[in-house]
Amino acid sequence: MSAGAWAALALSLRLAAVTTLVLFLMGTPLAWWLARTRSRFKGGVAAVVALPLVLPPTVIGFYLLLLMGPHGPVGWLTQRLGWGLLPFSFSGLVVGSVIFSLPFLVQPLQNAFEALGDRPLEAAATLRAGPWDRFFTVAVPLARPGFLTAGVLSFAHTMGEFGVVLMIGGNVPGKTRVASVQLYEFVEAMEYGEAHRLALVLVLFSFAVLVLLNFFGQGKR
Amino acid sequence: MTRAGIEAELHADFADFSLRVSLSLPGRGVSALFGPSGSGKTSCLRALAGLLRPRGFVRFADEIWQDDAKKVFVPTHRRAIGVVFQEASLFAHLSVRGNVEYGLRRVPPAQRRIALEQAIELLGIAPLLERRPQTLSGGERQRVAIARALAVSPRLLLMDEPLSALDVGRKEEIIPYLERLPHELDLPIVYVSHAPDEVARLADHLVVLRAGQVLASGPLSEVLVRLDTPIRLGEEAGVVLLGQVAEHDETWALMCVSFPGGRLWIRRENLPLGTTLRLRVLARDVSLARSPHQDASVLNVLPARVEAIGEDEHPADALVRLTVGESALLARITRRSVARLDLHPGQTVWAQIKAVAVLR
Repeated sequence: MSAGAWAALALSLRLAAVTTLVLFLMGTPLAWWLARTRSRFKGGVAAVVALPLVLPPTVIGFYLLLLMGPHGPVGWLTQRLGWGLLPFSFSGLVVGSVIFSLPFLVQPLQNAFEALGDRPLEAAATLRAGPWDRFFTVAVPLARPGFLTAGVLSFAHTMGEFGVVLMIGGNVPGKTRVASVQLYEFVEAMEYGEAHRLALVLVLFSFAVLVLLNFFGQGKR
Repeated sequence: MTRAGIEAELHADFADFSLRVSLSLPGRGVSALFGPSGSGKTSCLRALAGLLRPRGFVRFADEIWQDDAKKVFVPTHRRAIGVVFQEASLFAHLSVRGNVEYGLRRVPPAQRRIALEQAIELLGIAPLLERRPQTLSGGERQRVAIARALAVSPRLLLMDEPLSALDVGRKEEIIPYLERLPHELDLPIVYVSHAPDEVARLADHLVVLRAGQVLASGPLSEVLVRLDTPIRLGEEAGVVLLGQVAEHDETWALMCVSFPGGRLWIRRENLPLGTTLRLRVLARDVSLARSPHQDASVLNVLPARVEAIGEDEHPADALVRLTVGESALLARITRRSVARLDLHPGQTVWAQIKAVAVLR
């Protein structure tokens, strides 16, 4: 594989890792809230979280581009804060990926938290554990398979995204040219040999991820 | 001497019933909340635990746990309670030891009154400590859950039908541990149950709930002899007497149990003198006579005073409340006999007790 392909692959991995990390930090409280709330806003929030599942990625990319661009509110804010503009930067890709992969993290986690039921947390409360203590010492360990599924799915889904990346990241080598975009480049340039190798690597990666997920899933039962 | 116990005023409206309860429970012994499902007993317990927040007021000893008027609500993890749920609810990700130590580690050493070893020993779970909860039997799990609740050195133990998920054999495995707890630990227990036999064996104080309201409340022996709203533990009216083994008679294979107010001879069992027993005397097994009847076969004949005469379920019958020394008994006799013997309150009669059941 050429140096360009390797760089694109490395960028994809870095993007997936950062995205998954950010998703865990943001998505875990959201999943917890969705699993436990009786708020009337629950349905609406759950729908927004699930939106990336059904929307064409280009639609998300298009709106993000507008929001984060020089005339969008987010763009205005980032400029005021001295961060510059997010589109066509790695940070912009992370923002897009986080939104695009949100349901892949939130839904498995929400399911895992819901499956816990109230009882273990009530038992922990009667054993002097406060709310944070209960969350970290009871909910998280009991929901471990959910965390694993959520992490793997978010990572793999970020690796595979194309539309959002192309819309807000463009195609800047070493900065926003991720593996899927690089593959598109190769095909455009009719470098089929390179395309074959990169595509094969991606297929093997995805396959390995699913096998791994299955393996851990079995181990828990 | 009675210590300050629990005072609670609980009001809540649920989809299927409303709770209007005012509780006053003693600060020692076992208080049973007894009633059919849907009577509100579990809601009361959950409110005492802070797991449910009805409107009202909860005080335990010198601590206010809830006072809506002052906007006070102490969350569950700050109440000095131990809770045992219907299902053991052990943490599946921890070993038995991890479960028992979970609460213990969150209690400051200065507040620990029950040592871990004591909790483990009391429930006999030492051989189980390294096992996973999933590998335990139902009875073992519930014993671990009780030990786990005791390990936080609670000042009040709340038990929500701890035996109802177990089969008869497993119940028999746990009950002796429960019987020991109040004596060994001097810990007040609130025990929710719909099972008459558990209440008869364990309760010192009885609160009867029906459809979200308190039907009767008081010491077990007093509540069971009420004639206005007869409270039955099971099918039959009757009383529970607390007595001690006082004498063994080898010749006739009998033993004598003394209770406040008298002595009863029952079949001998191999129990050391002084062993505390709960005896159940059903109203249908007590008949009355005007004279001591030395020529009858009944073994236990006690002098008694008629306190009150009430109606029974069948129009032919009457329930007579008697006092024998400091204890109360119920006798079911026909109304015709009441008339023939000319029974009236204040009269002295002889109670012939045909059967006594040792509760165990």
